[in-house]
Amino acid sequence: MIAYIARRLLILPIILFGVSMLIFSMIMMLGPYQRLSTYINDPAQLKGAEDIDQLVSKYGLNDPWYEQYGRWIGGVLKGDFGWSESAGAPVTKAIADRFPATLELALLSLVPVIFGGIILGVLSAVHHNKALDHTIRIFAVIGWSFPSFVFGLIVLMIFYGVLGWLPPGRLSNWATEIVRSADFVSYTGMYILDGILNFNFSIVLDAIRHLIAPVITISILWWAFILRITRSNMLETLKKDYIRTARAKGLADNIVVYKHAVRNALIPVVTVAGQMVLGLAGGLVIVESIFNIRGLGQFMANAAQQLDYPGVLGGALYFGFLLILINLFVDVSYAVIDPRIRLE
Amino acid sequence: MEWQEVVKRLLQNKISLLGILIILFFIIVAVFAPWIAPPRDPDAPYLIPRAGWSIEPQPPSDEYIFGTTEGQYDIFYGIVWGTRTAFRIGLIVVGISTSIGIVLGTIAAYYGGWIDEILMRITDIFMSIPFIIATIVLVTILGQGLTNVMIALITFSWMSTARLMRSQVLSVKEDEFVQAALALGANDFRIIFRHIILNTIFPVVIQASMRMGSMVITASTLSFLGVGTPEGYADWGQMISFARNWILGVEGNPLNYWYTLIIPGVAITLFCLSWNLIGDAFRDILDPKLN
Repeated sequence: MIAYIARRLLILPIILFGVSMLIFSMIMMLGPYQRLSTYINDPAQLKGAEDIDQLVSKYGLNDPWYEQYGRWIGGVLKGDFGWSESAGAPVTKAIADRFPATLELALLSLVPVIFGGIILGVLSAVHHNKALDHTIRIFAVIGWSFPSFVFGLIVLMIFYGVLGWLPPGRLSNWATEIVRSADFVSYTGMYILDGILNFNFSIVLDAIRHLIAPVITISILWWAFILRITRSNMLETLKKDYIRTARAKGLADNIVVYKHAVRNALIPVVTVAGQMVLGLAGGLVIVESIFNIRGLGQFMANAAQQLDYPGVLGGALYFGFLLILINLFVDVSYAVIDPRIRLE
Repeated sequence: MEWQEVVKRLLQNKISLLGILIILFFIIVAVFAPWIAPPRDPDAPYLIPRAGWSIEPQPPSDEYIFGTTEGQYDIFYGIVWGTRTAFRIGLIVVGISTSIGIVLGTIAAYYGGWIDEILMRITDIFMSIPFIIATIVLVTILGQGLTNVMIALITFSWMSTARLMRSQVLSVKEDEFVQAALALGANDFRIIFRHIILNTIFPVVIQASMRMGSMVITASTLSFLGVGTPEGYADWGQMISFARNWILGVEGNPLNYWYTLIIPGVAITLFCLSWNLIGDAFRDILDPKLN
């Protein structure tokens, strides 16, 4: 196990370096003038410099690429990603401001996504080739084919436009006023948690009400994914000898299925957790921009629309680094829990 | 399993048959697009004609059977020619990225050692950034347009095939027929192509089929977010982005502009559904564990 973790930790710098090179090579596809924007931290720096060529040489944008990479990565390590025109703030600050909203949405989505998918998969396998199995699978393949942005807009049309139940945004106007007032202490920037910490439960309820539609939109796609893996592993596990033994010794069917089989069938499911984290992060871009949630995903979408290069590149680098660390954490913790995984 | 047997079972399975029929329908629409929706300007058939200059969408009428969307773009025309766009994106992106994946995955597994290590680390690096985010970045940098969207999609979608192919090749590499070919002195290229790729291709084909749908979804997501095809280009994702400002309808009738969202939404969902139905049935046929 130590060898496995050591190997993963040794590879980590290589991957981080690789991702930074990948992003940097995309920066280098821009011309020196466009690239300049990724080095400016404040529009004030541009004032008085009529001669852009002077700035280009000041920032060394015509130097060989490895010198430019060295300077760029030095800045990145100091948290310096340039000025984001679309956010009107330095990229680092823009990202920091928006991060809590994304984290809140992501954390809240994980529970329904994972448990919903597993429950559907187990049900499907237990009722193999019966009506329930077919129904679940048909919904799964439809869910997998439904583009998130179409589904999200339809949810908005029905549950906001027609019924008025699930409004977009993060909070209603009255709640936003409370949150911005001096009495309300912002501990985390996540409104549900902050509401609880401030003992203001109307804020908690309002925040939850705004998150239902985005969470459902994210879940639909991933249910199909988890369901399929759970189902095929469950079917395989149910044929194993130890399940037959458990049945033979007279255990009730429910105990055999839910205690013995489910636990073992879930191991392969956790190995795709990394892939899922990546997919969920991508989904946030769509969901946040449809439901007008001021998070990292919406930031990326806006930055791309307005050709805000520093915003897009900084956002991608940030997402990349963050997800690499999350995946490392996930893999290592599963290796600790389950010896079978590290043999692969 | 032989190809003929697989095709026979795909046609016998009601679900995959449905998928095949939907795809046939889309193929017919795409092939006969110039007759179904004759372009005003034969040199630029992918530009959706406009029925006027007002912003507000108009409901379906005799002249515009699906209505017009924001900016008076003809929805029917956009759907018909959008089918061609969808096939172009799907076939080109999946074709090229799958080929790249097959080549890299096979090389990594066949030669092993440091070649394998380097190729797989590169794969890891490309997989570290979420697909949709990576494509957004690259399209932003390359600039709008269908070709750039396809380049971005190809750049960041070959990795799963490479990994799959690698594990497939590793599992047959030690098989007796490959060892026999080696012993007979066949060259690397011949062994890789004749004996390995042809024996490992099915799972890759399934994956490619499922990816047809997801690539078209991603491409239209980019258009929806405003970084895909230029305005007025026949593309389903863009038709949905036109609908975006109108989904709340008007006072008293929230569903007033339903057609701007639902019609393109149905087209894109059906397209992806058909590929996924086939891929799904294909997988069941080839997965002995599930029989």
